Amino acid sequence: MVEKVRLMQGNEACTMAAIAAGLEFYAGYPITPSTEIAEMCSEELPKVGGKFIQMEDEIGSISACIGASLTGAKAMTATSGPGFSLMQEAIGYASLCEIPLVIIDVQRVGPSTGMPTSPAQGDVMQARWGTHGDHPIIALAPGNVKECYELTFRAFELSEKYRVPVIVLTDEVIGHMREKVVLPDPGSYKIPMRAMPQNPAGYKPYAADPNGGVPLMAPFGMGYRWHCTGLFHDENGAPSSKPAVASVLMRRLNLKVENRADDLADYFAEGLEDCDLAVVSFGSSAMAALSAVRRARSEGYKVGMFRPKTIWPFPTATVRRLLAPAKRILVPEMNLGQLALEIERAAGCERPVIRLGKVNGELFHPDEVFAAIKEAL
Amino acid sequence: MRVEFRLSGSGGQGLLLAGIVLAEAAIRDGKNAVQTQSYGPEARGGSSKAEVVIADGDIDYPKATAPDFLLALTSDAYRSYGLSMKKGIIITDSTVKIDPPAGVPVVALPILETASKKLGRAVVANIVALGVLGGISGIASPKALKEAVRSRVPKGTEDLNLAALEEGLALAAQAKAAH
Amino acid sequence: MAEFLSYFRQDRLPHIWCPGCGNGTVTGALVRAIDKLGLDKNNIVVVSGIGCSSRAVGYLDFDTLHTTHGRAIAFATGVKLARPRLKVIVITGDGDSAAIGGNHFIHAARRNIDITTIIINNNIYGMTSGQASPMTPHGMLGTTAPYGNVEYNFDLCELAKAAGATYVARATTYHYVLLEDLIAKAIMHKGFSVVEALSQCPTYFGRKNKIGGAVDTLNWIKDQTINVKAAAALPPEKREGKILIGELHSIEKAEFTQQYLEVIAKVQRANPSYARNKGVPGCELNSD
Repeated sequence: MVEKVRLMQGNEACTMAAIAAGLEFYAGYPITPSTEIAEMCSEELPKVGGKFIQMEDEIGSISACIGASLTGAKAMTATSGPGFSLMQEAIGYASLCEIPLVIIDVQRVGPSTGMPTSPAQGDVMQARWGTHGDHPIIALAPGNVKECYELTFRAFELSEKYRVPVIVLTDEVIGHMREKVVLPDPGSYKIPMRAMPQNPAGYKPYAADPNGGVPLMAPFGMGYRWHCTGLFHDENGAPSSKPAVASVLMRRLNLKVENRADDLADYFAEGLEDCDLAVVSFGSSAMAALSAVRRARSEGYKVGMFRPKTIWPFPTATVRRLLAPAKRILVPEMNLGQLALEIERAAGCERPVIRLGKVNGELFHPDEVFAAIKEAL
Repeated sequence: MRVEFRLSGSGGQGLLLAGIVLAEAAIRDGKNAVQTQSYGPEARGGSSKAEVVIADGDIDYPKATAPDFLLALTSDAYRSYGLSMKKGIIITDSTVKIDPPAGVPVVALPILETASKKLGRAVVANIVALGVLGGISGIASPKALKEAVRSRVPKGTEDLNLAALEEGLALAAQAKAAH
Repeated sequence: MAEFLSYFRQDRLPHIWCPGCGNGTVTGALVRAIDKLGLDKNNIVVVSGIGCSSRAVGYLDFDTLHTTHGRAIAFATGVKLARPRLKVIVITGDGDSAAIGGNHFIHAARRNIDITTIIINNNIYGMTSGQASPMTPHGMLGTTAPYGNVEYNFDLCELAKAAGATYVARATTYHYVLLEDLIAKAIMHKGFSVVEALSQCPTYFGRKNKIGGAVDTLNWIKDQTINVKAAAALPPEKREGKILIGELHSIEKAEFTQQYLEVIAKVQRANPSYARNKGVPGCELNSD
């Protein structure tokens, strides 16, 4: 076998991509079904001079990642629902302080301990609104093992470029399934790099275009001696509770991502141009959905498929444009209608959005989606 | 072509590894393969299921929808999955109770005994079973199966596992000859 | 005096602390200790959590990190492991370190990671105006212990020692020279070091408990303490109820980040083909 072709697990693909992107620091806490990522990082990172630490909980894990990222290291953690919940306060900190960071959330059935070894997609809204306050966030959802690799790499690119925490939203099926992956040649991609200031003199850690600009980030320990605080701060990094300062900061932070929503939009689409029914699904649910859509097409039904790979910021304009021909929209997902809410908001005024939710810990069977397609038509 | 395998038994029997090796062998032969699993909280005991889908082209859906081959190493596994078989064949260990009877052909072979008695190590039953599945299905070449076993089993156990694979392939050949 | 001002971001002063607060005294002791040691300002990262004491970092002219409540030591762990060459100092309070952050505190001690943690213990949550903390003594008052605290407080130094800290010391804002000396020793100690600084909160603790103002509260602290060396010569009944100050524990033990660097070196020797350029691309100066 050619060395670059590998039978690889989703969790393994996330790890390999992170290391290819220059991962230097991993802190995590064991939790099913994400644990393989921690195990692999503990083994692989020292080989490339990187650091791994098993922290005392998920709060400590993401906190350590933020500390490491502040020194210039690319940092990542991985978890599942309960741990992702514990990380939310620190995700808000990273959003406000603009700390690059990648979080892999291998979703499992919840709420609470739920069904730890079974898949779900119930963290869509937690990824967006899990922490308090309006904040920028990017979340990407791979639909197979190959995309675990591609989108984890992309997560580092976006995180470093926009100084925002990026969440890779996988699930138990994709995290654990093994698939043939062709690894890219190391010379064929550019390792994402953080833009850095050139001179400590006059450095303003949060000076940027108020219309969504990204400030330059100086690593700790390089003579810049700047202050990083979770309090609202002015462009010098000084804490401030002045309404004018708060307003400028909040608008810039949120515009940073929202202004780019449709540039960030990454998706898979098939057969939407002439469809009567659009099926919208993501992650592992979309595997069953696509199988059903193709069968329906082969049987003469006018059905198309839209699968967002960028979940947040939600690609509203793209969805509106691509789903324009559809008379109805069917949304199969392993929750009771989280992505469907966004589809309703973006494209639901003109046509019905039918929810197909599944929360029993089982992946959809293509026959289930096919039956729903026939019923919807 | 889309061929589906379901490997079932109890936790700790190593069926997940058998599924991984089968998928890797198919890839070595230039095919596409996806391997999935389901498992309970138990590291040993409980039920365990691994699935492998092998195709020439793209694989949209990664799970088995209508398996062509079911491997059942325990009576529980047979009762859980045997009756839903609508096509294909069921391969069981000789000790498995076929009750109630299945609607498709059942091939019962001394997989566990071959591992424990002939090879002296019960733990390699999974690779004996892999040889049986590979041989009966013909999905992967013996060469690819051997390479995949060598790359995936723990270091230092390659010879034992390759012997187990050979025994499994031999059981498959006998079973085929008998039909 | 003027030479120490260079350690402060003077444009961020005056500070927000109350008149008579001990936080400035502890911050001053830290700055003088750093000055005495002659450390490079550019190689020091000071990390804090949430609370009155944690506001200190905003005034200090180092790379400073004001984190979430209770997590300062966890953030500091990331800084230190990513860049072991940096001196990492945590300033935290009794609520921040012993309540919400208690778990990170004991685990950092267990790892013996080279971080110096200065706990400013004023027996109360000052920032939120006087609630009882895990360091409020039994029977004393707080706004959430209006009938007297029925809980018991930790002995933070014993806790740190039991958890694995390799340098543990205690002083007070009254014993200022001792405090500065112990902080300097803690910073130079290789491993997890803890200095508990007993400090006065006249506004919420002193007043609520009818101890009096800042000077009275400072004296109230002083009168409870006894130097560990003096205590050794006293009979047990004279030590009863006293809080020991001074260097309480100091041992040598392999430090976490150094051991991890040794693991990296060993793994890389065994896997030479893997070795990638160490450190961050484009940031070579910062790699180690």
